[in-house]
Amino acid sequence: MSIAHVPMPESRRKPVVQKEDAMLLQKELINRNYAELAAARPQGRKVCATFVPGNLNELVMCFDFARSLPETNALQNAMRKRTGKMVQDAERDGQSEDVCTYVKADLGMMLGGDTGPTGEALPKPDLLLLSYTGCFTFMKWFELVRQKYGGESVMLHVPYQGEGHVNRNMRDYVVKQLRETVIPAMERISGVKFDIDRLRQYMRESAKAEEHLVRVLQSARNRPSPIDGYFGAVYYIGPIFTAFRGTPEATQYYEVLEREIAERVREGRGPITPDGELADEKYRLVVEGPPNWTHFRDFWKMFYDEGAVVVASTYSKVGGVYDFGFRHDPDHPLESLAEYCLGCYTNLNLPSRVDMICKYMDEYQADGLLINSIKSCNSFSAGQLLILREVERRTGKPAAFIETDLVDPRYFSPANVKNRLESYFQMIKQKRAAAAAPH
Amino acid sequence: MEGTASIVERCQALFEDLDLASVAAWKAAVPGRKAVGYLPIYVPRELIHAAGMLPVGLLGGGDQLEVIQGDAYYQSYICRIPRSTLEMGLTGRLDSLDGVLFPSICDVIRNLSGMWQMMFAGKYVRYFDVPQNYEDAVGGAYYVNELRTLRDDLAALAGRPVTDDDLRASIAAYNENRRAVADLYAYRAARPWQAPTAEVYLLLRAAMVLPVDEHTRLVRDYLAATDAVKRPMRDNARVVLNGTFCEQPPLALIKSIEMSGCYIVDDDFMLVTRWLTRDVPLDGDPLENLAREFLHHSVSTSAKYEPKREDKGRFMLEQIRERRAEGVVFACPSFCDPALLERPMLQDVLAANGVPFTAFKYAENTGQMAPIREQSGTFADSIKLWSAA
Repeated sequence: MSIAHVPMPESRRKPVVQKEDAMLLQKELINRNYAELAAARPQGRKVCATFVPGNLNELVMCFDFARSLPETNALQNAMRKRTGKMVQDAERDGQSEDVCTYVKADLGMMLGGDTGPTGEALPKPDLLLLSYTGCFTFMKWFELVRQKYGGESVMLHVPYQGEGHVNRNMRDYVVKQLRETVIPAMERISGVKFDIDRLRQYMRESAKAEEHLVRVLQSARNRPSPIDGYFGAVYYIGPIFTAFRGTPEATQYYEVLEREIAERVREGRGPITPDGELADEKYRLVVEGPPNWTHFRDFWKMFYDEGAVVVASTYSKVGGVYDFGFRHDPDHPLESLAEYCLGCYTNLNLPSRVDMICKYMDEYQADGLLINSIKSCNSFSAGQLLILREVERRTGKPAAFIETDLVDPRYFSPANVKNRLESYFQMIKQKRAAAAAPH
Repeated sequence: MEGTASIVERCQALFEDLDLASVAAWKAAVPGRKAVGYLPIYVPRELIHAAGMLPVGLLGGGDQLEVIQGDAYYQSYICRIPRSTLEMGLTGRLDSLDGVLFPSICDVIRNLSGMWQMMFAGKYVRYFDVPQNYEDAVGGAYYVNELRTLRDDLAALAGRPVTDDDLRASIAAYNENRRAVADLYAYRAARPWQAPTAEVYLLLRAAMVLPVDEHTRLVRDYLAATDAVKRPMRDNARVVLNGTFCEQPPLALIKSIEMSGCYIVDDDFMLVTRWLTRDVPLDGDPLENLAREFLHHSVSTSAKYEPKREDKGRFMLEQIRERRAEGVVFACPSFCDPALLERPMLQDVLAANGVPFTAFKYAENTGQMAPIREQSGTFADSIKLWSAA
């Protein structure tokens, strides 16, 4: 006897999403920054907007600026499914369909009244601090914002590591710009005099947080990995890549995080995903490229449903490469800020990026490399197909390529991405079986 | 004296020479000669010349090159110039080059420099960064050091030192060339029917492969030849063409714009030929002179930061005023971030100043000209029929 299927209305209740304590703390920090931005005008505070790679948070804090990071605004809006309209509004306002969707989401948000991701108003920046690090589009982005909404832009030109290293001329140039252009402009706009000891104090905090972060990210060398070094790392890097690097709150956050992760390592546990702990680690991957933000959870689910864990990613180095030894140095504050900017991931040349990925493949015992190629981001994407070939050649491990976008939902095709990933996991399995078979 | 037709024919042959046979011939003429390629948008060609080498401008494969291997390295949303440039490299068409410079123009060309390092190991490759800070003591000091490094690299490649006097002689040769190109542009703006842009374009393309003195003579010969034979004047709209500074439009596209009723009286083709807007002084330190001119007397284009909001578009307004243009045609390569992100800002400035404009996109292998001809034709008609003038 068959039981008749009676269609039932779907539950309207949101599924319970599991989060680590540190993830909750991270969310609190990010939301607090939006509250600070909303309160900046009534409190008479000046506002500085700046980009994540090469951000000078310690320096910006020396002038009491409230801090806005447009990429973070765009990705936060995307995670809340709001950027589709923003991007299209910007296109209707004259932006090309071909260009970066972070820029269009930002311009679209402004066109829509400049309400931030948390629903609070975002103030118009007094200073557009153009940290021109590793991305040509940044320059046009702030020129566009300035053209439409006013504000003063100040350029910090960070030369590209075309030869694969930082030389003295590059470092001196950045330091000189800080000393002679950036700091005087910040003093003038904020009305606050620069105090180098205050900068040193922030940098001391930065270095502490960086130590913790590196240990967290490197915990993925364990088997099983206690973290996801891409999807999970997005939460971990939030405070240090944005408005909190250099604050005691950030240091505290990374202490808590490191403790949590150390505990997971001791207990031999896998990473926490939105659907709970990943108990069975089947595939260990290195990922190159930023994530898609409009379908972040769906994207992540395609990995953890198959038992795939990302053990290292290049995106988690976009706001600072710390795992090869760099720390902010309070004894040489401006030089150290210059080194930081020059060393961000997207400021590295392609051979250096290949070296870094191969190193990760080895040190994290990865099964393969996955490249998430982002339509919006030429800085990341141009050359990735050569990176793929080169990493495969050097490591002998399989690599795969998928295409999505940052914040434009039109460029995320779940079925295609899922198909590709499933085929890729099959390929890894077969390679593994072939390697294990008696010769 | 050579006639216009034979000069244009020679330039056309150089334009179609995707194998750089002329470069190989130049090298073969004197054993030991070397050639260094460069991509758009600007490199100080004086340094290459001073090392006794031939600077060779690389502008992609145009619409005559079938791109097969190059496509395998790029996603569909990346512009076409890097893929056709790679195609040329991988098929041996650039074998006559001993090195390539990749200037600071965008992330795609920047990353191509790293790809070149990996794919053409053994060849000299340099990413050439230029300052976005225009203070002499800051950006200038940085740039002088970059120039010094480049000079030393090129000297090593040439196998002989590059002295200050070598550099001064090269600066003098390029000053002469810039004057000739400036005269050509002034001539075309004054009598565009006498110097059609399709011809001016081919003359500039010749500058990408010819030794500088030879190119200067060619431009001077063309000016004399074209002035000697009167051509019919049409009632065309005078326009500035913008967006073509890197990936090139097909020659047919330029001709289509002209045939539709537009005289192009200024453009941003091959800006390297007129990047510096006045003579570089010959006395004093040549590297410092080049740096100062770069910082204070160079064209405005998307790849350069504009420090002040009120200065955005000023260079274009000046072009319009000086060339007596009646409108602007924005022709931007698909997926070109610099051109496409700059365009809305320039359009705002034009709108505020009552200058009409139209816009379309192209790729170097665009084949369908009818829509472009219709659009620019309608634009020209609208200027002629409804402009206040």
